[in-house]
This record gives sequence, structure tokens and C-alpha cells, in this order.
Amino acid sequence: MLNQLTISELMAKLAKREVSAREATQACLDQIARVDGKIHAFISYNAADALAQADAADKLISSGAKNSLLGVPIAIKDVLAVKNQPLNCASKILGNFTSTYDATAIEKLKAAGAIIFGRLNMDEFAMGSSTENSAFGLTRNPWDVTRIPGGSSGGSAAAVAADECIASLGTDTGGSIRQPAALCGCVGLKPTYGRISRYGLVAFASSLDQIGPFTKDVRDSAILLGVMSGVDPRDSTSVPEPVPNYANALDGKIRGMKLGLPKEYMIGGLDAEVKAAVDAAVKQYEKLGAEIVEISLPHTDYAVATYYIIATAEASANLARFDGIRYGARVEGNDPIELYSKTRGAGFGAEVKRRIILGTYVLSSGYHDAYYLHAQKVRTLIRNDFLKAFEKVDAIVTPTTPTAAFKAGEKSGDPLQMYLSDIFTISCNLAGIPGISLPCGFTKNPKLPIGLQLLGQPFGEESLLKLAHAYEQATPWHREKAGL
Amino acid sequence: MASAEIDVKYVAHLARLALTPEEEKSLGAQLGSILGYIEKLRELDVTGVEPTAHAVPMVNVTRADEIRASLSHEDALRNAPRQANGLFIVPKIVE
Repeated sequence: MLNQLTISELMAKLAKREVSAREATQACLDQIARVDGKIHAFISYNAADALAQADAADKLISSGAKNSLLGVPIAIKDVLAVKNQPLNCASKILGNFTSTYDATAIEKLKAAGAIIFGRLNMDEFAMGSSTENSAFGLTRNPWDVTRIPGGSSGGSAAAVAADECIASLGTDTGGSIRQPAALCGCVGLKPTYGRISRYGLVAFASSLDQIGPFTKDVRDSAILLGVMSGVDPRDSTSVPEPVPNYANALDGKIRGMKLGLPKEYMIGGLDAEVKAAVDAAVKQYEKLGAEIVEISLPHTDYAVATYYIIATAEASANLARFDGIRYGARVEGNDPIELYSKTRGAGFGAEVKRRIILGTYVLSSGYHDAYYLHAQKVRTLIRNDFLKAFEKVDAIVTPTTPTAAFKAGEKSGDPLQMYLSDIFTISCNLAGIPGISLPCGFTKNPKLPIGLQLLGQPFGEESLLKLAHAYEQATPWHREKAGL
Repeated sequence: MASAEIDVKYVAHLARLALTPEEEKSLGAQLGSILGYIEKLRELDVTGVEPTAHAVPMVNVTRADEIRASLSHEDALRNAPRQANGLFIVPKIVE
């Protein structure tokens, strides 16, 4: 089944002319037709356009072109601009919005020959941990359709886990790539802040957001990171660090590398099966020759509170642009203020409203210093914890989530409980460091994926991918498929 | 740190966000509990700590001051909810 292939497997078959890009794309479309009614990973997709791109790729292949992703179907979270495709951020407020330009990451994938198709479901404006906050309905976990796929990039994770595409893109502001990757059993990478340009990514929290890949193995993650990375004059926060060939780092040579185990992550709410799987992964790393060092990240317990001040403050400012004047849906009013308020009241869902109100409050006169400035200072302490730890270790190993996928509806009535499910992923964004989640086992009954998280030094993606790849190759987890 | 009371109606006005009375009520309760949780940051002494606005600090990122292509007029208006004569249409502002 061509839709089950990884990028590197498909590229090898395309190069040998064993298969065509059209066949691979058609296989993905067939799988969507077969299973997406059950999981609803896609908000929409244009089959004719995807096949036209595939035909164009086949033509280039037969003329000898060798672009690194030529003919690979990749699906996109509904928060990234793809020229002439719809963009809704899973919200009603964007109406019938169609992008007028490509995000830089998309431009680079297109230049590498990828087939860019489909709009993947998500929590509205990337705010949530379960993809239950979408105006376009729930996405369900391919391993158990009564459960959530995680979020906010739930559609991106579910589509890869269900083999509806070869790979996908998501975004991660507090764990929105790593958490759904863990819960759906795929590989999800959040690069260092500034590694990939955010131009064309609809902003949620500008100092935390990063684009990253969802893939079926670590090698594919390295390939996509390499294609999308690099400084971009259109994003002044993208960083002019050289882009290495990440796939070259996947040599399995991790003997002597040091892995930190933060004692603060062994919390009460950690599920016993998740803990056992992570403990076994740590043992596996020792077997592979890595050295395990206990470390301390003393401000871990403050990360969720810090995040919900900083992220909501930035969101309240970023989402001010959705006012019904220049694009998207509009509810008319007698004056502009009434028009803005009615448009926003009707267009935003409950979680987005909650965060706009919280963010506006923590930035409002009289509260700014007490909340926002204070949180920015705590952010410094959290970042310093990591920088200090990285003086001793090459990477940090943790569970990605405290539990496997929870049931739809289980936490949607209690925002604070939902926020606390991000406890292991949030610090990484505050510190601006890279993180990856990869499969490290399954719960027994029901069988649900468990994710292992590795956190690395700023711009330390090579070490991170090397470590992730070595573990992956020594274990069977990434080869398991959801029985849809 | 400030008290965990929040005047939802006032803040919603600042955010230009129309809320129903039911939304005001449920948001008030939920935000009360979230702010209660956030209060734990008070435990930390941050005297002398510099705030972090961006994890990778870079200052004065500039580009060459050159004319370059931008959105066409047509593209800029392509998603407008109301337009006429190449302009966005808005409610009357000046009396």
C-alpha cells in the first residue's frame, strides 16, 4: 500500500520508476475515502488539484528532475497559508478565506517538489489539546475512535497515523505537535524557535509558535526539517544559523552521549503504563551506550501558569486582526465598534474567547506588571533551568504526556484540567528549545500509543534526531499500524 | 500579584468581543479558577531577573530599504466581506 510508505521509501520507489507520484497520491486519496469518515482528520481536500500536482511531478521525474521531495504527498494543518487553498484555522471567523500567498515553509516544500494537499483539522486557532475546539467537528484517534487524537494539531497526527498522507505539517506553541504525535503514535518534531520561518503561519503566540513535521519515522522528520529550515527575510525572528544535512546525523552512534532525566517530571498524575514505557526506553538507551544522568529543572511546576499568561497575552494581541473589516466573516453593526464586537462574538468559539479575555486581562492597565511582566521573568528562570542542564547533558528524556489518549468529552468541560495535560511539553516552548516525540510503546487495554519526548539544546536538532533514530531503530513501535 | 477577580464585561469591551450573559457567567467562573491556579507564580522571587520576551534574543533585525513586490490590490481585496470601487466598505465613522 503506497500510502503507508515513508518519504524515504516512496522517494526510492519513485526514483526507480516502480511507482508514479499519481499512484502514491491516489493511494492517499483512496485511504481518505475509506477511513476519514471515521476519524475526520481533514476539513477539506481537493482531489483533482492533488492529482494535477502529482501529474506535474511525474512529468518532472521522467525528465530527470531530482528534487528532494518530488512527488511526495504532504497534508497541511489549517493554520498555514497555501496559495489558492482555503485557510480557516478551524474557525468560523475566517469565512470563505482563500490564501493569496504561500507560507515560507510551504514555498520550500513546493520547491522541493512536494504535493501540497488538504486542510487538516485542529483546535480553533491552535488553542487546545484535543482537537475538540474545532468549528468543523471532532477529529478522532485512529487507534480508538472514542478517543481524542490530541491537539492542537490533531488532524495532522491522525492523518499520518491513518496513512492518509505520507507526512504532514503542524504547529507547536505549547506541545501541539508533540502531544498529538504521542497520542497517535507518530513522530512529531518541534524545532528550535527561529529554525523555520513563521511567515504565512497564522500567529497564535508569536514568541512560542513553531512549524514542524509529523512523520512515520525519524528519518523523514530529519528530511522535512532540512527542507524547511533557514533564515527568511520575511520573518525577523528566524535565525541565521547554518542548516546541516540532518539525515547525515542518523548514524546510530550515541555511545557516550549523556541523557538527562529530570526528577521533577515523575509527578503524581503520571500513568503507570506511561511511566513503565518511559523507564524501559531509558534502559534501552543505556543498552545503546548512552549515559543517564539525573538532572533538576526546578521551575517545572510553574511552566503551565507562565505559559497561560504569556500565550494568552500574545494571542489577545494577534487575534485583534480578526475584526470583520478586511477579510473573513462579518456581522454588520451600526458603527465599527459594534461591527467588531458582533463579528468576534459570533466568529470565535468558547476556548478562543476564554483566552482572548484572559490575555486582555493580564495585559490591561494595572495588571500588566503583576501578570505579564512577572511571567516573562519566570520564563527566564525556566529557560535558565534548561541551559544549566545542557551544560551536563546532550538531551533530556521525558514522557511526552502524563497519560495516553483520553476520551472525547472527558476534559472539555474543565479548561484547567485540559491545560494541565500539557505539563511535559510546555516548558520547551517557553525555553525556545527543540523537542521531539516518538513512539515508545502501547498501553494494554485498550491498545493506545505512548510517546517518548527528547528535548535538546537550542539548534541541537542533529543530536536530538540522532538519539531519536537510534532508539527507533532498536525498537518495533514505529512499525505498528492503527487497525482502522 | 493582583487579586483573582475579573470583570468579564469590562475586559470583553476592551477586547471588542460581544458575549452573551451565559458566556459572561461561565467565563467568569472558569477564569476565576484559572487565575487562582496562576497565583502560584507569586511564590517565586524574581527580583533582579530580566524578563524574556523571545527565547532567541535578536535586536534590530533590518532589511535593505528597497522596493519589492507586495500583494496586488486585487489580492488584498479578494477576501473582503464588503468592498466597492477597490475599497473596503465599513459603517459610517464621521458624523
